[in-house]
Amino acid sequence: MIEVDARGLSCPLPVVRTKKALEELGEGELLVLIERPDGCENVVRFADSQGCSSVVEEKDGLYRITIRKGGETPSGSVPQAANGVTQSNTSSGGVAPVLLFTSARLGTGNDELGAILMKAFLNTLAEADPKPAKMLFLNEAVTLTTEGSEVTDTLRGLEQAGVRIFSCGTCLDYYKLKEKLLVGVVTNMYDTVDTLLTAEKVIRI
Amino acid sequence: MSDPNLIVGMERSEDAGVYRLTDDLAIVQTLDFFTPVVDDPYQFGQIAVANSLSDVYAKGGRPLTAMNIVCFPVNSMDISVLRDILRGGLDKMQEAGVILVGGHSVEDKELKYGLSVTGLIHPSRVILNTGCRPGDKLILTKPLGVGIINTALKGQMAAKESIDKAVACMSTLNKKASELMQTVTVSACTDVTGFGLLGHACEMIEDAGAGIVIDAASVPYIAEAKALAEMGLIPGGMYRNREFRAHMVDIDEQVPASLAAIMFDPQTSGGLLISLPGQEAPALLDSMHQAGIESAAIIGEVREGARGRIIVR
Repeated sequence: MIEVDARGLSCPLPVVRTKKALEELGEGELLVLIERPDGCENVVRFADSQGCSSVVEEKDGLYRITIRKGGETPSGSVPQAANGVTQSNTSSGGVAPVLLFTSARLGTGNDELGAILMKAFLNTLAEADPKPAKMLFLNEAVTLTTEGSEVTDTLRGLEQAGVRIFSCGTCLDYYKLKEKLLVGVVTNMYDTVDTLLTAEKVIRI
Repeated sequence: MSDPNLIVGMERSEDAGVYRLTDDLAIVQTLDFFTPVVDDPYQFGQIAVANSLSDVYAKGGRPLTAMNIVCFPVNSMDISVLRDILRGGLDKMQEAGVILVGGHSVEDKELKYGLSVTGLIHPSRVILNTGCRPGDKLILTKPLGVGIINTALKGQMAAKESIDKAVACMSTLNKKASELMQTVTVSACTDVTGFGLLGHACEMIEDAGAGIVIDAASVPYIAEAKALAEMGLIPGGMYRNREFRAHMVDIDEQVPASLAAIMFDPQTSGGLLISLPGQEAPALLDSMHQAGIESAAIIGEVREGARGRIIVR
C-alpha cells in the first residue's frame, strides 16, 4: 500500500501530499500517517471531496487514515463518506448522478411552459430520494442560482441535503451575475470537464 | 499602574489602547505586523497597512500617523521586494489619509511588515469590543474565507480568481465602514481577525448578560472558500479557534461543516463586526451598500435568552 507520512507537517501540506499520492494511485488503498487532529480532519475532508472513502484509526496520538480510491470501502470498516456526498445521500442501489443544466427552462417549446416545468422539476427533485451528487449550471442556467431566481430556496434545500451545486464562473461573468450568486459555489471549465468525465452517470436536463 | 486618563488599556482583549489627552481629545494606539500572506510584495504591503489601521477604525477613531516596522532577510532576498512592499504600504496609507512619519527595520530570517499607528478619537466616543445589548443586530462588513483561500494558496490549490477576491478583501480599508458606523449609536465593534467571526463574537458577549444568534445563511463569504473548505484546505488556526470556543458555541447540524469552518476561519484584515440597536441596523446597512461596501450584511442578533452563548443556525 502507498504510504504518505505527513507527521510533523502543518496545514495545508498533509492535504497537498495526499492529493499527489491519490493522483499517482490508479485504484486501491492509500495510508496517511499524521499526528495532528486538524490535519487528520482536513485529509478526511479532502478524501470525501474526491469521492474516496476513508477510515481513521487513532492510537497514542498517531492517526492512521486509510483512503480507498474506487471500488469497495476499506475492508471491515465503516466508511466516513463515499462518492463525494454524505452517506445519507448515496443510494444503496447505485451511484448518485450528476445533473447538467444548460438552460433555465425544461425542454424546448413555449418559454413560459419551460420555466414552469423547470420549477416543478426542481421542487420534485427536492423531495426525491436518492438525490443527485452534484448539479452543474452552465450558460443561461446560472439565472437559476442567482438573484431573481424563483428556485433558490429549493436549491438551498438540496444543498443542505448534501447535493453540491456549481455555477459556471465564465457564465456568471458574462451575464454579470457574479456578485449575485445565492446558492452553491463557482466552478471553472476544468472542474466541469473533470466532473463530467469522472461521473458514472450524467443526466442532462 | 493605573492612570485616570487611560480609557482602554491592556486589561481586556481590546483592539487598541486609548489615552485621554484633554477633555475632548484622546489618542488611539495600535501595532500589528506579520509574515506575508500573498506572493506579491506590493499587495502584501497594502494588506499589512489595511490590517494595521483596522484596529483604529474598529474603535471609531481616525488614524493620523504611522511608522513602518520591517523585518527583512537582507542577505537572501532582493531589496526590490522590500521597496515594493513599502510602496504598497505607502499607497494604502495615502488612500487612508495617514501620514508616514518614520519606522524601523531589522535583519531577520523571515520577512515581516506592519505599522505602529496613532489615531485620534473623542474620549466619550470610544467604541469597545464588548457591550452589545439585547435587541441589537450584528452587521459584518467584509466576506469571510480569506484564511482558507490563503491556505489553498500555500498548497498551490487556489484558483487565481479566488486569490484576487481574497486580496481585494484584505486590502480594503475599514475606513468607510467605520465612518458610517460613527453616524449611529453603536453598542460594540471589533474587527474580525485571527479568532474568526465566532471567536470575536464570543469576545463581544463577555459580561454582556446576553448571547448572539447568528443566521448562517446570511453570513457573507467568498464563494470559492466553501469548496476549498470541503477539500480540507483549512488552516490549523480554524481548528484552534474552534477548540478554544467550543464550550460557548452551538452550531445547528443543518449548517454545513464547510460553512462552520468559514465562520471560525482566522481572517487577515477582516471586516468590522458591529453591534447596534436593531431598528437602526437596516439604515446603516443601506448606507454601507450605497458607499460600495457591497458584502456588508446583517448576520444575526443579540438575545437575552441566549446568555453567554453563540448560537448558529
